[in-house]
Amino acid sequence: MSQKLTGAEMVVEALKDNGVEHVFGYPGGAVLPIYDALFQQEDVEHILVRHEQGATHMAEGYARSTGRVGVVLVTSGPGATNAVTGLTDALLDSIPLVCITGQVPTSLIGSDAFQECDTVGITRNCTKHNYLVKNIRDLARVIHEAFYIAASGRPGPVVIDIPKDVQFALGEYTRPAAAIQHQSYSPRTEGDLGAIEEAIELMSRAERPVFYTGGGIINSGPRASELLRELADLTGFPVTSTLMGLGAFPASDEKWLGMLGMHGTYEANMAMHDCDLMLNIGARFDDRITGRIDAFSPNSTKVHVDIDPSSINKNVDADLAIIGDCGHVLEEMVRLWRTRTNAPRTGEIKPWLEKIEQWRAINSLHYKNSTKVIKPQFAIERLAEAVRGRDVYITTEVGQHQMWAAQYFPFEKPNRFMTSGGLGTMGYGLPAAVGVQVAHRDALVIDIAGEASVQMTCQEFSTAIQFRLPIKVFILNNEYMGMVRQWQELLHGSRYAHSYSESLPDFVKLAEAMGGRGIRCEDPALLDEAIGEMLEHDGPVLFDCRVEKQENCLPMIPSGKAHNEMILPDTANISDIIDEKGKVLV
Amino acid sequence: MSPNLRPSGSAYFLTAVSNKKERHTLSVLVDNEPGILARIAGLFSARGYNIESLTVSETEHEQGLSRITVVTVASPKVLQQIKLQLERLIPVHRVHDLTAEGNPLERELALVKVAGEGENRVETLRLAEAFRAKVVDASTSSFVFEITGKTSKIEQFISLMVPLGLVEVVRTGLAAISRGPEGM
Repeated sequence: MSQKLTGAEMVVEALKDNGVEHVFGYPGGAVLPIYDALFQQEDVEHILVRHEQGATHMAEGYARSTGRVGVVLVTSGPGATNAVTGLTDALLDSIPLVCITGQVPTSLIGSDAFQECDTVGITRNCTKHNYLVKNIRDLARVIHEAFYIAASGRPGPVVIDIPKDVQFALGEYTRPAAAIQHQSYSPRTEGDLGAIEEAIELMSRAERPVFYTGGGIINSGPRASELLRELADLTGFPVTSTLMGLGAFPASDEKWLGMLGMHGTYEANMAMHDCDLMLNIGARFDDRITGRIDAFSPNSTKVHVDIDPSSINKNVDADLAIIGDCGHVLEEMVRLWRTRTNAPRTGEIKPWLEKIEQWRAINSLHYKNSTKVIKPQFAIERLAEAVRGRDVYITTEVGQHQMWAAQYFPFEKPNRFMTSGGLGTMGYGLPAAVGVQVAHRDALVIDIAGEASVQMTCQEFSTAIQFRLPIKVFILNNEYMGMVRQWQELLHGSRYAHSYSESLPDFVKLAEAMGGRGIRCEDPALLDEAIGEMLEHDGPVLFDCRVEKQENCLPMIPSGKAHNEMILPDTANISDIIDEKGKVLV
Repeated sequence: MSPNLRPSGSAYFLTAVSNKKERHTLSVLVDNEPGILARIAGLFSARGYNIESLTVSETEHEQGLSRITVVTVASPKVLQQIKLQLERLIPVHRVHDLTAEGNPLERELALVKVAGEGENRVETLRLAEAFRAKVVDASTSSFVFEITGKTSKIEQFISLMVPLGLVEVVRTGLAAISRGPEGM
């Protein structure tokens, strides 16, 4: 069945047909027809942002907390270029987005028209795919295809650039096909059974196994997390995870090792280094994880499960590659394991588990607390304690506070931790929290922030006010770009070039100026009460938590070092640990 | 268990031995849509891969498909990445490493302009004949030759023309196809 619609009406109709309920956007000349069509209906709610970068991060938070596609609508030129950071962020973290950008009319393309930019040219390398729709006949098909491409396979952002004359043009609208068949794009989701059987064989013989899990499990859907828990229980193997995979395995489980990588726990990194079987499920051997690559887990057989064939052997060679969706592969693994045994191998790998307990006993996350000043780690522990038992969604900005959140906040469920992993985008957390809250109106959503990052996108607090989204922004304010300062201490003789946050706003007044609530706390003794006040307030809150200014984020694998060369919290002088070769690394 | 699967020890050290760069010819079947060439070229530049030669033209008109031939120089590990990264692009149907699959037929066309007088003109024509280069334009003081063949043959012809008055050269880049009855 088809009907005649304008391009703008088609956009709205296609959004509805793809199950879209919320769009994050900002109007402008080249998208006015679409805004007019949005205005005349009530099924799709539009969230007006303050800056297009905010819209993209909101859509990311929305997508990551729901598993659905996040939708962004922006105008041509600056609207599109402002969205580029969020699109790149979504590409690196495999977040499904559809970003519709307005474009100048086709007759003006290439003439340097007002608010014209080469949107498809600019976004080509920061999207999974992009389209310029020059003909109304292609519009409906392209939008449906964009949703399919964004959400399927390894998810990612897709841009649809629509010139203004196409938005006005009349054409036939076709509804999405039940199953989209694409000529050249057909991601493989089912892992090769023979390879999975080989993995099970390796697992049945391993003496020092470890699960190294990543964002692929979250992207696969909640079922994959359940299966991971089941497989870990069935085998008795310990589990560590990347930043992007936190929540897929419960932090309260005794098999949980904590996060691995540059700021991972000692037990997680030592287990990675000394294991004889590494089961990488949905992670990509990122440089934050591997450390020095020629010393990375030297004696292990590596099994790599990934939906993207290009992830295999990209950074670390796999002994056994299984290309497929984590959920499917885990399902098969659980099934095959059950055909062999019902008893976990805890007894057989006992020496390994004991070794891990010795590493765990080092307690690499310990820190010296204080009664005079709030330690950032303490602040996160108290926050976690205050929300214990509640279903809470955490977002973060980027920097020390992000790592402390990953280290000290216990995540129990998937889709509850939204953070910028691959791109490391400061300013991600506040808008992401807004997006999460749009999707989960009654949930508790907290952005664990730093005072430097939050200033990059804090105007979106005003968006939260406008749409009555009671996000809590918990700022660990140390008056420094803490991670930059830490690296200057490590590498540059503690010369803190431009990493001091000078002329900070009064965050309490800032919140009040935008119509929200501001709370400040600088006394550890008053922290619990202040956090309670934040949680009780029925509206957006900026919480200015004044913390120890020069605290370092430890443990740490310094750049250029291996997993077994970590800096532990008691290291007195960190400034001469990194050698010349490591200094050039990021 | 497959025989190539080692019970212990990492593959990392075992395959790291082959870091030698090799020249490979890839054939890429793509949808002939606007921007496809920019996508391919952009991927190579963004990821730091090397392009020695790149040719593109629509080959299957009804289906709107183009064949792109890329010559690249990389280590085996990077070559594998290039192939997989190309396959990630949505409009890319298939990527074949023709060099890895066998000894492909490779041809290039060049137009070579040579100017000169007297003995040099005779020598120029004699060499052109030996190389089966065709005269496609002539004046009293110049020739333009059309020459087809492997890259090495064209290189050789050009170098012989240098002392005889070579003015300029244009080349199409490599077109390559696999031998035998199988198509891509």
